[in-house]
Amino acid sequence: MSQATNGAVMAAEAESREFLVFSLGDEEYAIDILKVQEIRGYENVTRIANAPDFIKGVTNLRGVIVPIVDLRIKFHLENVEYGGQTVVIVVNVADRIVGIVVDGVSDVMTLTPEQIKPAPEFGVTLSSDFLSGLGSLDDRMLVLVDIDKLLTSEEMALVDSTSNR
Amino acid sequence: MDIADFFDTFFEEAEELLADMEQHLLELDVDNPDSEQLNAIFRAAHSIKGGAGTFGFSVLQKTTHIFENLLDHARKGELTLRADLVDTFLEAKDIMHEQLDAYRNEEAPDQEAYERICQTLQQIALEEIGQTLEAPAATPAPLFKEEEPAMEEPAEPAGETAENQLVVALLNVNDKDRALLVEELEQLGEVQAQSGDEKRYEVILQGDISADAIEAVMCFIIEPEQIEIKASESTPATAPAASAPPVEAAPSVQAPAESTAKASAPAAGASKEAAAKPKKAAAESSSIRVSVDKVDQIINLVGELIITQSMLDQTVSDLDDQSVGNSSLQNGMSLLQRNARDLQEAVMSIRMIPMEFVFSRFPRVVRDTAGKLGKEIELVTEGKSTELDKSLVERITDPLTHLVRNSLDHGIEMPDEREALGKPRTGKLILSARHQGGNILIEVRDDGAGMDRDRLLAKARENGLAVSDTMTDEEVYQLIFAPGFSTAKEVTDVSGRGVGMDVVKRNIQGMGGRVEIQSKKGEGTNTRIVLPLTLAILDGMSIKVGGETFILPLSTVLESLQPTKDDMYAMAGDDVVLKVRDEYLPVIAIHEVLDVENAITDPTRSIAVIVQGEGRRYAMLVDELIGQQQVVVKNLEDNYRKVPGISAATILGDGSVALILDITGLHRLSRVKKEAGKIVNNQHLSFYKEAEPS
Repeated sequence: MSQATNGAVMAAEAESREFLVFSLGDEEYAIDILKVQEIRGYENVTRIANAPDFIKGVTNLRGVIVPIVDLRIKFHLENVEYGGQTVVIVVNVADRIVGIVVDGVSDVMTLTPEQIKPAPEFGVTLSSDFLSGLGSLDDRMLVLVDIDKLLTSEEMALVDSTSNR
Repeated sequence: MDIADFFDTFFEEAEELLADMEQHLLELDVDNPDSEQLNAIFRAAHSIKGGAGTFGFSVLQKTTHIFENLLDHARKGELTLRADLVDTFLEAKDIMHEQLDAYRNEEAPDQEAYERICQTLQQIALEEIGQTLEAPAATPAPLFKEEEPAMEEPAEPAGETAENQLVVALLNVNDKDRALLVEELEQLGEVQAQSGDEKRYEVILQGDISADAIEAVMCFIIEPEQIEIKASESTPATAPAASAPPVEAAPSVQAPAESTAKASAPAAGASKEAAAKPKKAAAESSSIRVSVDKVDQIINLVGELIITQSMLDQTVSDLDDQSVGNSSLQNGMSLLQRNARDLQEAVMSIRMIPMEFVFSRFPRVVRDTAGKLGKEIELVTEGKSTELDKSLVERITDPLTHLVRNSLDHGIEMPDEREALGKPRTGKLILSARHQGGNILIEVRDDGAGMDRDRLLAKARENGLAVSDTMTDEEVYQLIFAPGFSTAKEVTDVSGRGVGMDVVKRNIQGMGGRVEIQSKKGEGTNTRIVLPLTLAILDGMSIKVGGETFILPLSTVLESLQPTKDDMYAMAGDDVVLKVRDEYLPVIAIHEVLDVENAITDPTRSIAVIVQGEGRRYAMLVDELIGQQQVVVKNLEDNYRKVPGISAATILGDGSVALILDITGLHRLSRVKKEAGKIVNNQHLSFYKEAEPS
C-alpha cells in the first residue's frame, strides 16, 4: 500500500463514526454511540398522568429519575409489546438522561462518511429534521436518528419549552 | 450564632469567586470580549465587595470597588481591553487573593500592594477612559483620595506616611512628561517648590503621602529608575546629599514590593503572624469542604443500599424457620437494617441546616447598611428553624443579602420622610422562611416606598428594553432583574448598580426557583423567593389509588375520613363538595384528575383525605392510606419537565418511583379538566402540545 492511500484510509477511519443499531418493528435505526449511556431492560416504570402516550413514565436509574419514551408509539408502529426482548437505551442528550424503548439492540456499526447518505424528505411521522442521514451497509439500510434533536424537540414534550435548559 | 462563624464561609466563597474570575479573565478574548464573561467577572467582584463590606474588610472592599468600577466601564464598552490590561486585572485578582489570605490569617493586608494596585487601576481609568473613577464615597473625590482611609489601617508602615516633606527628584525626564508628573504630584499633596532641569528636576511635596504612592503614580509615565524620593532636607532626621544613596528613614522606592514588605512586616507582623498560624491550622481541620455532587452521590448510593437491604429482608422473612442457622441470619438482617437506617439518617443530616444559619448574618448587615444610609430599621426574622438543604442555604445567602440591601437602600425611606408620610420613623424589614405547596418560600418584606411602576417603565425605556404600558405590574416589577437595570439615582456603596438583582435572579434560577415581587406604592415591597424542594427530605403520607402509589406531603394532611353519601353535595355542573364539620370542601378525586385506572370510583367506598394548600382546604379521594414515611425528594425537571399536579418524585423501598402530589396544582388541574369537559379523554389537555405533528 502506498503512502498516499494509507493516509486516505487513516483519514476515512478518523472521520468514520460508530453507531448503535436498534430495531423498531422491522426497521433498523441507529444512533451515535457516544450518546448512549447504557442499555437496560424495561421494568418498573411509573406512569405520569396527562402526558402524551409515548411517554411511558419515569423510572429509577440508580437514584436518578429518568423519563422513558417509547419510540415505537412515537413512530406509530404496530404490535407494541413489552417482553423480555424489550430494551431501554439510556441516552445522554442536552445534559439530560432519557430512556428510549426499542424492540431490540442488534450491534454496533462503524460507518464511513461515504456510507452515510443524506436523508430524503420524509413524511409526517418522522421529520427529516431529526435524521442525520441514511446509512447503507451491504443490503441493509439504517435510519440514522439525530437523537439530540429528536428528544429536545417540542413535539416530544420532554423539555419544558418555557425553561431554557 | 457569632458573625465569626461566617468568616470561613465568606473566605471560601470569595476564593471560589476569585478562581472563577481568574478563569474568566484567562478565557477572555481581548479583541472580541464576550459580554457574558465580562458580566461574570464584574459580578464576582461585586459579590466579593459586598461580602468584604459586611465583614468590615475595608482594604479588600476598596480594592474590589475600584476594580469593579473599571470592569463596569469595560462591560459598557467604554474601556477597550488589551492583553496588558487583562494582565493588570489578573494582578489585581492576585492582590485581592493576598488580601483575603491576610484577613483569613488575621493579619493586616499588604498596604503597599493595595496602594499600588489601586493606583494602577486608577491610572488605567485615567488613560483609557479619560476620567477618574468615582471613589466609594458619594462625593467625587480627587484621584488619590482613596489613600486616606487606607492610612487608617492598623498596619501602617511607620515613617512613610507621616505628615512630612518629600523631595521628589525626576531624572532625565523631558518637559512634557515633567509637566504631567508635576500635575499628578499636585493631586497627591501640596507642591511647595520645584526647580531643576531636564537632567534632575526636584519637587518638594508637603502632605500625608507615602513614597510608594508617588512611585506608583509616576511609574506609568516614567521608569522607576528615573525617580528618586527622599525626605526633605528640612526634616531634621536625615540630611543626605543629593547624590548620596537613599536613606533608610525615607527609603527610595526603586524596589517597591520589597521595601514595604521590609518596612511593615517585621515590626508589627512578626508576633501576630506567629500567633495566627496555629489558629489557622485548627480552623482548617474543623470542617471539610466537599462538593455537593459527592454528597449527592453518597445519598443516592445509600438509597440503593436501603433498597437492596429491604429486598434481602423480604427474602429472609420468606425463608421462615425452614433451614438451620436461620435465626442468626435474621439477627444479622435486623442489625443490617438498623445500621443502614442510621447511615441514611446520618447522610441526610449532612445536608439539612436551619435557615437560622442564613438569617443570623443579617442583623449585622442591616445594622451596618442602615447606619451608612442614616435610616432606622428594625429587622424581624420568622421561621428560623425551617430546614433547608445545605446547597440551597449556601446559594441563597448572596441573593438574600442583595435583596435585603436593596430593600434598605431603595425600599425603606429616610426617617423624616416616613414621619411626613404618617409612618413610624423606624422601617420594618421582615425575613421569613416556610414550607409551602411543595416549595420553600423565603420572603423579604419591607414597609417602605414600594415600587413605582411609571419610574420603572421610564427607566426601562432609557435602557433600551422593550416595554409597553400594557404590561402587568408583575411583569414591570420583573424588569428590575434585567442586567444593568437600576433606578437608583446614584451608584452608592450599598447598591444601585443594577448588578445585584441580576445576580439574584440568576442564582435563584440556578437553584430551580423563581422570584416574585409584590409591591404597593407607598406601602412596601414583598420579594418572594420560591425554591423547589430539590433534595430536601419530606415527611410524606403514602396513598394508593388504583394500583399506583403517590406521596402526599404530610404537612398538608389535616385528617382523613370515610365520606358518607349524605355529606356529599353536587354543585352547579359536576363540582362536588364534601361537608366536614360545617365546612364545605371542594372534592378532588385523584383517579379522575390523574386518570388512574381500576380505582375505586364510588366516593363512599374511598377515603377522603382533608388537605390544605395555600390556605385553602380540599378533600382528596383516594383508595387507601398506606402509611407515613420520610422520602427523598427528587426533582422531575432534571431530566423531564414540570408535571401539573406533581411537585416532585421519590424512590420507594422497592426501587420504584412514586410521584409527590402538589395539592394546589391538583386543584388547578381538576378545574382545567372540568372546564375542558374532558375528564374521560385526557389526550387533548391544554397542558400539552398535540403529540402528532399536524
